[in-house]
Amino acid sequence: MLKSKITIFWLAFLLLTSTVSAAGLPVKLKAVDTPNDKGGSITLTFEDLSEDTTVVEYEILRSAMEDNSFQLVGKISSKDTKFIDNSVKDGVEYLYLLKVAKEDDVLFSAVFGPVTSGGQWFNTQRINVLLGLVICFLFILGFIIYGKRGKKLYIRPIAGLQAVDNAIGRATEMGKPILYSSGLGKMDRVATMASMNILSSVAEKTAEYNTPLIFPNYDPVVMTTAQEVVFEAYSKTGHPEAYDPDNIFFVTQSQFGYAAAVDGIMTRQLPATNLFFGTFEAEALILAETGNSVGALQIAGTDSTIQLSFFIVACDYTLIGEELFVASGYLTKDPQILGSIKGQDFLKALVVLLILIGGVAGILGWSWIVRLFSVG
Amino acid sequence: MPQETNMQRTIPIIVCFIFGLFMLVQFFVPHHASISAYQTVLDWMQIIFVFTLLVGVISYAKLNAKKITRTQTGWGYNLIGLIGLAVMIILGLSMGTGEKTPFLWMFNNVQAPMQSTMFSLLAFFVASAAYRGFRARSWEAGLLLAVAIVVMLGRVPLGNFISHWIPDAANWILRTPSMAAKRGIYIGIGLGTISTSLRIILGIERTYLGRK
Repeated sequence: MLKSKITIFWLAFLLLTSTVSAAGLPVKLKAVDTPNDKGGSITLTFEDLSEDTTVVEYEILRSAMEDNSFQLVGKISSKDTKFIDNSVKDGVEYLYLLKVAKEDDVLFSAVFGPVTSGGQWFNTQRINVLLGLVICFLFILGFIIYGKRGKKLYIRPIAGLQAVDNAIGRATEMGKPILYSSGLGKMDRVATMASMNILSSVAEKTAEYNTPLIFPNYDPVVMTTAQEVVFEAYSKTGHPEAYDPDNIFFVTQSQFGYAAAVDGIMTRQLPATNLFFGTFEAEALILAETGNSVGALQIAGTDSTIQLSFFIVACDYTLIGEELFVASGYLTKDPQILGSIKGQDFLKALVVLLILIGGVAGILGWSWIVRLFSVG
Repeated sequence: MPQETNMQRTIPIIVCFIFGLFMLVQFFVPHHASISAYQTVLDWMQIIFVFTLLVGVISYAKLNAKKITRTQTGWGYNLIGLIGLAVMIILGLSMGTGEKTPFLWMFNNVQAPMQSTMFSLLAFFVASAAYRGFRARSWEAGLLLAVAIVVMLGRVPLGNFISHWIPDAANWILRTPSMAAKRGIYIGIGLGTISTSLRIILGIERTYLGRK
């Protein structure tokens, strides 16, 4: 009781003794719980006094509602009009006061509060992303159901995927192995997942033709997954005895160590076909050029746009952009996967339409359309 | 047995669904509880990674030992690889991995130079790839060659020395037509990623699960 009386007295004292600004009013201060954050933060905004050249700096003073003294929590330059207090505790009520230090005077704002900080459960600045995702999911799910019902779906021919059969046939005729690489990607990369889907289709064919499939790995988890995928493919085609787990092995977690090892395998074993599907970085060109020098037919696909240009130059066929992700549906002809690919195509058309609208809006100066797509 | 097979399939799909959904939801939830849960998942990934590395090392040692005992072609390389692995493990465990340790000396003076050597090879591979890519056999290839010359000259001081138009033209090429093409690919990759992720989360794409 006594404590709250002291607080009220202190606040009254501050208000009565506070100097007013040139306009005859105290400097305006506003404090709110910082929006769309994890908590522990209060944002203060105040009147712009930048035109007043005598203002030296601002001091932000804070007091917990239960305490009776204001403490300095930060100083900022005279050009700023915003301060974020990141040293608050969630759930505690705070009062704020702004002290404007001038060359010849000191101004105070009125006490503002109480304000409480807290974490938010939804980032409202990302509502456009959520809406976009919902639209994407609805399109894709709709076409998956469409495909599941047995409706015929057309997917344009993809040269790189059509060439996979020929590449396997070439290796079989030459009596040489096929080298497969998923690059440096781990299993948390969608490109690696897509690579495993292609590997399954490739392994089914190598099992049928009894062609060795060599897969040096950068990541032990990818190695284990690849072993499972290939064994499943060999079993599915009725040749589980032909599966050799020693052909799918871990090499190293060093980027250029991996490149050296794969190059060594290429030059010693002279594979007839090299398949590079996954995430690649600087080692992409080293691998592809070595493969080219040993005369291997090469097909590549990656989600890295920088490495794509190297693959295009050094490989016979390259899967560009989303072609890597549609490979599993294209090769397996699974109606559900084909449906999702069709949904993807329609979404692309929608994106093109939005780009056109954005272009027109930009020309007309409708900046609000641009703001609709900004993400916080 | 069929029950076991079902469990082997169902449990990974459920785990994948839960964690896939969690990763999606946490993007929209800024609350510290969500961040803390996300950080816990990342920590667990690191813990799992350490154990999987052990799986990799065992696989590497087993495979190389098998090739050496069978004296397969190139078994000498396998022997060098195994010796390297053993030496680094022994040095690291016995004398530590800190500064002025034999482990770090080996890393800085053996492994790092070997990695640099491989990286340096890129310069030669870029030259040979560029030669093939820029051969002006058609008008499109000729156009590519012309654009490449402008961009390459625009990136070096010589280009600016010849004319300030060259770096300006190079920047325009990179910022406008090249960027437009890149963004087209990015959009395709983005949509492909969303579609593949949704198939995995919903259990439609399950090739990665392997054997039944």
